[in-house]
Amino acid sequence: MGAHILRRLAESLIVLAAMSFVIYALIGLMPGDPIDLMLSADPHLTAADAARLKALMGIDQPLLKRYGAWAAAALAGDFGYSRLYVEPAVAALLAPLGRSALLMGLSFVATLALALPLGILAARRPRSLADSAINLAAFASISLPSFWIGLMLILVFAAWLGWLPAGGIVDVGGGGFLDRLRHLILPVATMTIVGFGAFARYMRSGLLEVMGQDFIRTARAKGATERRILLGHALRNAMGTVVTVIALSFGGLFSGALVTETLFAYPGMGKLIYDAILGNDFNLALAALLFATAMTLVSNLAADIAYAAIDPRIVYR
Amino acid sequence: MSRAALYRDRFARNRPAALSAALLFALACASLGAPLLALLMAQDPGVVDLYHRLEGPSHAHPLGTDELGRDLLLRLLAGGRVSLTVGIMGALAAAVVGTAIGLVAGYRGGFIDAILMRTTDAVISLPLLPLLIVLAAIDLRKLGLPSDLARSEMASLYRIVALVALVGWTTVARIVRGATLSLKTRDFVRAAVGLGASPARVMLVHILPNLTAPIVVATALSVGNVILLESVLSFLGLGIAPPLASWGAMLSGAQETITIAPSLAIYPGLLIFLVVVACNLVGDGLQDALDPRTPRSR
Repeated sequence: MGAHILRRLAESLIVLAAMSFVIYALIGLMPGDPIDLMLSADPHLTAADAARLKALMGIDQPLLKRYGAWAAAALAGDFGYSRLYVEPAVAALLAPLGRSALLMGLSFVATLALALPLGILAARRPRSLADSAINLAAFASISLPSFWIGLMLILVFAAWLGWLPAGGIVDVGGGGFLDRLRHLILPVATMTIVGFGAFARYMRSGLLEVMGQDFIRTARAKGATERRILLGHALRNAMGTVVTVIALSFGGLFSGALVTETLFAYPGMGKLIYDAILGNDFNLALAALLFATAMTLVSNLAADIAYAAIDPRIVYR
Repeated sequence: MSRAALYRDRFARNRPAALSAALLFALACASLGAPLLALLMAQDPGVVDLYHRLEGPSHAHPLGTDELGRDLLLRLLAGGRVSLTVGIMGALAAAVVGTAIGLVAGYRGGFIDAILMRTTDAVISLPLLPLLIVLAAIDLRKLGLPSDLARSEMASLYRIVALVALVGWTTVARIVRGATLSLKTRDFVRAAVGLGASPARVMLVHILPNLTAPIVVATALSVGNVILLESVLSFLGLGIAPPLASWGAMLSGAQETITIAPSLAIYPGLLIFLVVVACNLVGDGLQDALDPRTPRSR
């Protein structure tokens, strides 16, 4: 087990290193470069100044050399300055990171709290009315564009009914706990509606698969109640698939947060990445993307360990 | 009964799948026939008419007009053409990449297999949308593409298809690899190797034809997801660019006018939803018809 975790950790680090290079190279391919941006901001700069600045900042160097310099600085904790926020990139990341963690955490809990009971309910009586209804809802959930559901929620609850704010995190002059909570309802609802379908379907199919096995028949034969069979015997065995799917969903959670945050003008990591890329804030975009990747990899690793805790039969090579 | 007839029969008996296929066909026909409809309605969907912005339904405009005074119905149909094209082309491109990677990984095995499959795992678990935004924002001319191609009207469409192929190949690659692993130990493959067939020939002539059903099913099931991805990127302003229309791009403008013209926000999303549901149902139907032994993945 220990050796397995170490190997997975090493793999994750390799992926992270590879991604840092890929992201670095891609950012270099975006339109414009830092010196052009300075030129457009200051008409007194001449072409000779620009060339001198490029040499000074090392922008005229080959890609690998530039990457090496950036990576060395990054390993020392220096991700450069953010152009948009006029502070070190890492410092600019922190507040949005906390807000995203709140949004993603709440959505994640709400999604599972909705999806797992629904999946269990559907698996209890396959082909019943409840099963069909849950299936239909889950199918709709995976086919819905997240931003459109968000738009519709804004239309109904903000524009028509006026119950909830359409975006942001606090009202002007507000800022209390309830005010913050009110601003979180629609974003969390959006991510939950779009997310629950896949989990409900996996929970249902996982349970149904287990329910057909011999040890369930044995439990039935010895007279255990349906409830006990489902919760005591089947559920834990079915959780394996669900946990795997959950593990692989963290990247998707991030993508969902990006869309939701942009739609609701919620200043989290997703919106930060979006704004940084569109605003040519290369340092910030790099740091934020890398951070998002690292967090996803760590989450996957954690889920991998949880997987073994749920199913002790699993022996890692 | 021939095999094709058997498949057709099994598919047609699946009521939701058959209905969805009919719906998609009708929508495709309507999208392709949009220019004709425009002639009949005496409208030009591309012409901006600022005196008739954000109008409600009328005789001249059955669904009203958009923020630039264009006919909403014709605009929706034009968007449908782009969305369906991207969905199908993207899914096909991803399937080709995935098949190639899966075949090589499964047949070669060893080190190449390990590298390719670790890459697959990595791609699956990455936060894809943030990375796609970078990819969608890069300047094609810096990649050395000729500037007239990089700036052509269709460039945004090709770019989306390429992006989908770049991130969407993993499912097909896993399926193909798994099947190849078991096929390559079968006698007919070993016979072909024994007769001196080159690896490329064994993979393409002997193994690939046996994988048609799962590849077709996986590709069909991915069309809906590709359309969703396209709509998200277009919504964020990084997908399909004007003058091409796209349902996602139409929605990105709709947020500002949502209180005065909610129909601009409702219709495009409803169409995306319908098309994605239909694609998923057709995929399920194809799976039941072509590949009944494989348990449903979703």
